[in-house]
Amino acid sequence: MMAHLEDIALADLRGRCEGAVQSGARMQMAYAWFPNRGTLPEIRYLVHVGAGQPIQIWRCRPEAQTVPSLSHIAPLLSWYEREMIDLCGVRFEGHPQPEPLALLPGATAPTPPLRPDATAALSYTPERSMLPEITGPMNEDVQLLPFGPVRADVLESAQFDFYYVGEGILHYHPQLFFKHRGMEKRFEGLNPELGVVLAERVSGIGSVAHALAYCRAVESAANCEVPRRAQWLRVLLAELERLYNHLHYLGHLCHTTTLKVGEAQGKYLEELAKQINARMSGSRFLRALLTPGGLRREPQLQGLGDALSALQAQFLPYAAMLEASTTHLDRLITTGLLSAKLAFDQGATGPIERASGLDRDPRRDQTYAAYPELPLKVAVRHAGDAHARQQVRIEEIGQSIDLIRALLHDLPSGAIRVSCEAPAGSEGLGWTESPRGSLYYAVHLDRDGHLGRVKIKSPSFSNWRAFAFTVHDSNMMDYAINEASFGLSIAGCDR
Amino acid sequence: MPLWTFYGLKQGKVSTAWPKSGDDGQAGVLGMPRFEPAKCQSDCRACADTCLPKAITMIDGGGARLAVDYGRCVACQLCVEVCPTGAFTASSDWAFGVRRREDLHWAQSAATPEGEALKSAIQRLFGRSLHIRHVDSGSCNGCESELQALNNPFYNLHRLGIFFTPSPRFADLLLVTGPVTYAMRGPLLEAFEAMPDPKFVMAVGTCAVSGGTNGGGYACGNGLDGVLPVDIYLPGCPPNPAAIIHALLMLLERAAERVHAGHVINGARDA
Repeated sequence: MMAHLEDIALADLRGRCEGAVQSGARMQMAYAWFPNRGTLPEIRYLVHVGAGQPIQIWRCRPEAQTVPSLSHIAPLLSWYEREMIDLCGVRFEGHPQPEPLALLPGATAPTPPLRPDATAALSYTPERSMLPEITGPMNEDVQLLPFGPVRADVLESAQFDFYYVGEGILHYHPQLFFKHRGMEKRFEGLNPELGVVLAERVSGIGSVAHALAYCRAVESAANCEVPRRAQWLRVLLAELERLYNHLHYLGHLCHTTTLKVGEAQGKYLEELAKQINARMSGSRFLRALLTPGGLRREPQLQGLGDALSALQAQFLPYAAMLEASTTHLDRLITTGLLSAKLAFDQGATGPIERASGLDRDPRRDQTYAAYPELPLKVAVRHAGDAHARQQVRIEEIGQSIDLIRALLHDLPSGAIRVSCEAPAGSEGLGWTESPRGSLYYAVHLDRDGHLGRVKIKSPSFSNWRAFAFTVHDSNMMDYAINEASFGLSIAGCDR
Repeated sequence: MPLWTFYGLKQGKVSTAWPKSGDDGQAGVLGMPRFEPAKCQSDCRACADTCLPKAITMIDGGGARLAVDYGRCVACQLCVEVCPTGAFTASSDWAFGVRRREDLHWAQSAATPEGEALKSAIQRLFGRSLHIRHVDSGSCNGCESELQALNNPFYNLHRLGIFFTPSPRFADLLLVTGPVTYAMRGPLLEAFEAMPDPKFVMAVGTCAVSGGTNGGGYACGNGLDGVLPVDIYLPGCPPNPAAIIHALLMLLERAAERVHAGHVINGARDA
C-alpha cells in the first residue's frame, strides 16, 4: 500500500485539518525538512483517513518560517510542532504551548540543528523544567518531587516532576529528551544501504521495527519489489521482536505489583526468547539481517518451531496464573484509565490504544510485508486500564507464536534479496507496527543519492504524550504500575 | 499467593553456573569479526567504506593498510559480508572487556598484560563483592535491556555477589552506557562525584567506549574518554549479559582479561 501525496496551500491548512478531524481521520504525524538544502522548510502532515485507505501526505510550502498551528484542532500535533520549533526553527502561529520539547530548557543552538546550514553543537546551561505555578489557599501543602534523570534500578534516563498532596498527584510533568542524540541528523549524507545500521540503533529493543520501517521507506523511494520469501521472513523477525518485548513487559509489570515469582518467570521467558533470537539470527536483538531490498542472509530456522512450542508451553500456564492472581489484578484494574477519546485525540498507539477500545493496527489496516497472507487477529480490549493493557499484550504473545507457526509451515522458497537503488531526489514513507505501536520513517534522498532527511516517529513518542493524561489526579502508589503498564521506551522517543 | 510459591518451586532452578561451569547462554551470538591482514588485497577498501562507526579505517603509507579499532565496532558484520578474501571473518568473540583502551586497537604483536598490582588492591578493597550504580547517558536501550537481563533467573547476578544499588553513595562501580549526551553529562558527573572512594568506572557498550555509530553530532559526546577516568572498557552493541559478567569479574580479578592488542587470547567461548 502506497501513500498519497497532495499539495495544500497554507491558507487552506486549518480548514482541511478541521474537515479531516471531523470526518474521523487522525492526524498521524508532522515533520519539516529543507528541500535542496535551502533554509525554507517544507512541512509534511501524515493523515490516517481510515482502515484500508492509503495514508495521505499533505505537503505545505510556506513562503516564510511561519505556519499556522493546528494543535487546537488536532491536539496530538502539539508535540510535533514543538519539535519543529526546536529543531527546524519553524514558527507556529497560535500554538497553545510553545515551550521547548526536544531540547531541554537551557539548551540553545545558534542555528536550528536540523537546518542544512547548522554546524555548531548545542550550548547548554541547565534550567528548571517549566512547571505551573501553584497558588491559592493552602498551596504550601503542595509538594514538588523531582525524580531523575538518574533513577533507581537499571532504567533509562528521564526526569519526572510530581506536584502532590499526600498520596494524590495534582500535576505530572515528564521531562524527556535527556537522551536526545540527534539521531535524525546522523542519517544525513549516508549511503541508504548503511542507514539501516543506524536505524537498528535508534531504539535497541525495537531494532527490527526501526530497520524494517526504514528499509520500507527506502524501497518505496526506489520502487523496489522485495522477494516474497524475504517479506515472510520479515514478519518472522518482527513477531519475534514482539515476543521478547511483551514477555519483558509482563515481567516488569509484575515487578511493580511486587509479584516476585511472576517477575522472575516473565524475565526468564524473555531470556529464552532472546536466546532463540540469537540461535536464529546471530543477534539477541535480531540485528544485522534487514537491508533495503530484502534480507542480508538466511536466518537459521532449524529448531525454531520446536523452541517456540517449548516457550509457548511455559507461557500459557504463566499467563493463566497472571490472570488469576487477585493481588496482581487488584493493582491493575481501574489503574491508569485512558478513555477511547483521549487515546484517539492524543495519539496513543499500539497495545495502548487497542486496550482503550480502538481497533487499529497497521499490520491489518495499512498492511505490509507478508501480513496480508497470514492469519492475523487484532487484540482489542475496552476497559482502558492497566489490566486491559496487560490482556492485550498477553493475547498478542499467543498470536505472535501462532502467526510464526503458520508462517514457518507455508514459508515460500526463493531469493531473499534484490538490488535496491533509490534515485537521487526521491522520497519514501515506511511504517511498521512495532511491539509498542506504529512507527514511521520518512526518507528524502538528496541530489547525490545520499540520505538528505530522515524523520523518525517512534511509538513511545506518541504514548508518552497520552500517558501523562492518565497520571493527573491519580496517586503515587499506582504511578510505577501505571508507567509499567504502558511499556514505554525512552530512546526511541528522545532519538 | 501460595499458588505462586508452588508454581515457582515447580519451575526448579534455571540459573546457569557459568563461568564456573555450564552454559553461557550465548549460543549463536556473533561477536566482533576477526581480522587477518595477511589475507587482505592490496587495492581494496571495501570494508573501510562499509564500516559506519569507522572501526576500520585506511592508513596512508607504512606497512599496514588498515587500522582496526574494536572500541568502535558495533558487530554489524558488514565487513565480513563485503570482504572478498576472508580477511574479516565472523566469530563468537564477544568477551571484549579490557583495562586499557589501546588493547582494543588491533596490532601485529600483542603486548604483555600488566595488572598484578591492581589485583591485590581490588581484592583488599571489595573482597569478592561489588555494588554497581548504572547511569544511562543516552543509550539506545539495548545495553539497558542486557543489564536488566543480568538479574533474570538465568544469569542471576546475585549468585556472584554483584548487586545494583539505587544510590551512588553505596556504589563501588559506576557503570555507564551511551555516548554521553549534552543533557546527561552533568547528571553523570554528579553521580560520579556522589560516590565514595575508592570508586571505579566501566564503559559498557560501544557508545560509551567511543561514541560508536551514535556519538558526535550536535547533541552527543563520544563516550567516556575525557569525561571520566575509565577502568574497564567493554565494547559490544550491545555486549551480551555473559560479556558484561565477564567484564565485572575481570574488574574483581576473578576472571582473566582475554583481549590484548585486538587479539582474543584463547579464543574459546568460556571465560
